[in-house]
Amino acid sequence: MSDPHAITREIDRSHMQVSDEVAIQITSMNKWYGAFHVLRDINMTVNRGERIVICGPSGSGKSTLIRCINRLEEHQSGHIIVDGTELTNDLKNIDKVRSEVGMVFQHFNLFPHLTILENCTLAPIWVRKVPRKEAEETAMHYLSKVKIPEQAHKYPGQLSGGQQQRVAIARSLCMRPRIMLFDEPTSALDPEMIKEVLDTMIELAEEGMTMLCVTHEMGFAQAVANRVIFMDQGQIVEQNEPKEFFNNPQSDRTKLFLSQILGH
Amino acid sequence: MPTKAAFVRKDMLAPQEPPVSERGAIKWARENLFSGPLNTFLTIVGVLAVFLIVKSALPWLLNGVWNANSMAECREIVAARHGEGATGACWAMVRERWHQYLFGFYPQELFWRPTMAFGLMFVALAPVLYFGNRTINMRMTAVAGVLTILALAGVSASFPQTIAGSEAGGLALLAAVIVFAGLTAVAWMAPRRLLILTLLYPAIGFYLLWGGSIWGPVGALAGFAILAVVYNLTKAQLGVVVATGAGVVVAAIWWLVVQSHVTGALHSILPLGTAHVDSDEFGGFLLAFVIGVTAIAASLPMGILLALGRRSDMPLIKALSVGFIEFIRGVPLITMLFTASLLLQYFLPPRSNFDLILRVIILVTFFSAAYIAEVIRGGLAALPRGQYEAADALGLDYWQAQRLIVMPQALKISIPGIVSSFIGLFKDTTLVALVGLHDPLQGVTKVVRAAIEWKGIYWEPYIFVGLIFFACCFSMSRYSMYLERKLKRDHR
Ligand SMILES: Nc1ncnc2c1ncn2[C@@H]1O[C@H](COP(=O)(O)OP(=O)(O)O)[C@@H](O)[C@H]1O
Ligand SMILES: [Mg+2]
Repeated sequence: MSDPHAITREIDRSHMQVSDEVAIQITSMNKWYGAFHVLRDINMTVNRGERIVICGPSGSGKSTLIRCINRLEEHQSGHIIVDGTELTNDLKNIDKVRSEVGMVFQHFNLFPHLTILENCTLAPIWVRKVPRKEAEETAMHYLSKVKIPEQAHKYPGQLSGGQQQRVAIARSLCMRPRIMLFDEPTSALDPEMIKEVLDTMIELAEEGMTMLCVTHEMGFAQAVANRVIFMDQGQIVEQNEPKEFFNNPQSDRTKLFLSQILGH
Repeated sequence: MPTKAAFVRKDMLAPQEPPVSERGAIKWARENLFSGPLNTFLTIVGVLAVFLIVKSALPWLLNGVWNANSMAECREIVAARHGEGATGACWAMVRERWHQYLFGFYPQELFWRPTMAFGLMFVALAPVLYFGNRTINMRMTAVAGVLTILALAGVSASFPQTIAGSEAGGLALLAAVIVFAGLTAVAWMAPRRLLILTLLYPAIGFYLLWGGSIWGPVGALAGFAILAVVYNLTKAQLGVVVATGAGVVVAAIWWLVVQSHVTGALHSILPLGTAHVDSDEFGGFLLAFVIGVTAIAASLPMGILLALGRRSDMPLIKALSVGFIEFIRGVPLITMLFTASLLLQYFLPPRSNFDLILRVIILVTFFSAAYIAEVIRGGLAALPRGQYEAADALGLDYWQAQRLIVMPQALKISIPGIVSSFIGLFKDTTLVALVGLHDPLQGVTKVVRAAIEWKGIYWEPYIFVGLIFFACCFSMSRYSMYLERKLKRDHR
């Protein structure tokens, strides 16, 4: 296997513990875009501390699935329960879930009119009502963690893609979420920047964060994930722990997908 | 073995001047004025046209007379100085009638009130136009102060029978000095505090201009307090959008139906107030500014709401916004002004005795808001979906997302369009002449021409009024360019 972004470093697994507590519970969930059945009978339980990688061909509904978890998309049947709060039309529940769940997008979606620091302090100040001073200290803490504290007063447009994505991660962390969702966080990056973002994500995993990552970085999946979910045509086709998933795929679709993505 | 293609330069060449034909004025003229037969022809025609215009207008401008009491006297003076048949402008009219162009028929002894309102307007604008910039805020406040005080002194010197002669005049000047000195100090110490003045300015300005019972503006402000209270009380149950709607409805009921009773009662208990000036007495640039500035200030938020409404998921709000925008854009402003003067009376509750200026302001605001809404909609459409998603994912509510994320970006994109609309609106205020108000261009000019001594004057008032309009519109345009440059530099 030749993976240009193979994870070579040693992973510290001392804090990566999966607890019995359920973080996300999805049962018989279906979603349609008009007449198009995009998610079909999704059942999935995520325990606290799990690191799950979701992969699958383009258009298989991966983004839609994780966007349902913080209600960026609405599901039409079934249940999604995040940290004990069911996602319904009740705005209060949605707000509660969104404040527990952080999300990182493929295209970063930083706010271009605000500085890096302001990007990171905005939600804590307005949503969590944290005093500005404290919010700034928290922001600087997380910006140091993603190794760009010196860029705090620049604007997003002045940063490289990899730096922007790390800011986006820090921005989410500033809300102190208990669950992090990643939607192809490295797909829009130049190859030399992928590693710095993956490193940040690995560090997060090492601290025991519950993570759902849509990604095709199989090196990351093997090094960090405790479970890999393969989706196709809006369904969960196969899920397994990484070693089994990669070495002993069961379904033909999974085999085909793996052979394409790993370039055998 | 060196091949034929190999080449090594031994000594480097120093840069040389370009040939003469490629330099300076000659090059510029050749490229821009004489680059082909058509361009050469157009250049010659252009130069000729400019020459003819200057030739006929220049003597008229240069022969201008500043000191005379009538048109006839002007003509005599021109004839005496420059010979029979010479033409000359009669600026003496401006010298005698400037106050009508500025204030209309506003009582002369109260000229200090619009002057003060005008000066304070710039102080109120400073923190909005130059947000967070202490130096400019302070400079603008100080300059506005000095100019206002000079203007007050000038006005009272021109009308010695009014305030300057009395002790009150001296006191008023002293009061103005104190007010502006205080404001400058505030601008220096805490520029954001000036925003308080900005928020109160509509009430202050209104009261300075119309006077009367103090309870009127207090009641109008109370409407906003009611809006805020209703919003906060119902937000938890109804959600932000519906709560806003409820607040607006209750406040509107207050303003249109209840307020006049309450303020009337308060006035009978505690009659505080100053001399009332009737709307009929407003005119000239005072009128243009009252209508223009109010409509500009009100149409921006209204345009924002309409643009948001047009993109709303709620069918009713969307339909109302689209209907409003398309209807207003489909109707000429003149029609709306006639509506203001005739029809609006029928729709409003019988006891709300709206005066004509207020009605015109409301319809001009509607008119401008519809255009602004469309300009802002363009800005909103240019925002990537990811911005909304990021705001949602971070847990910002609808208004927070709009205020903190969406509007700053959408408005930035829309600045040129918005300012164009504002400039258009300001010039359109002259159309109020058609419903009998004394706008500076036609209304006042008609009055001036009706006077025996200025009969036959033609170009001078238009040039005078035109120059003032130009100065205002040009400043707005320059400010918009400044803002664009500043935001571009800031955000990249
Ligand atoms: N807003 C939308 N409206 C209609 N169809 C959509 C929308 N978003 C995504 N889809 C469709 O849903 C399917 C799944 O999309 P997505 O979840 O983005 O896939 P993935 O992330 O796995 O590539 C795709 O076929 C896509 O075309
Ligand atoms: Mg996707």
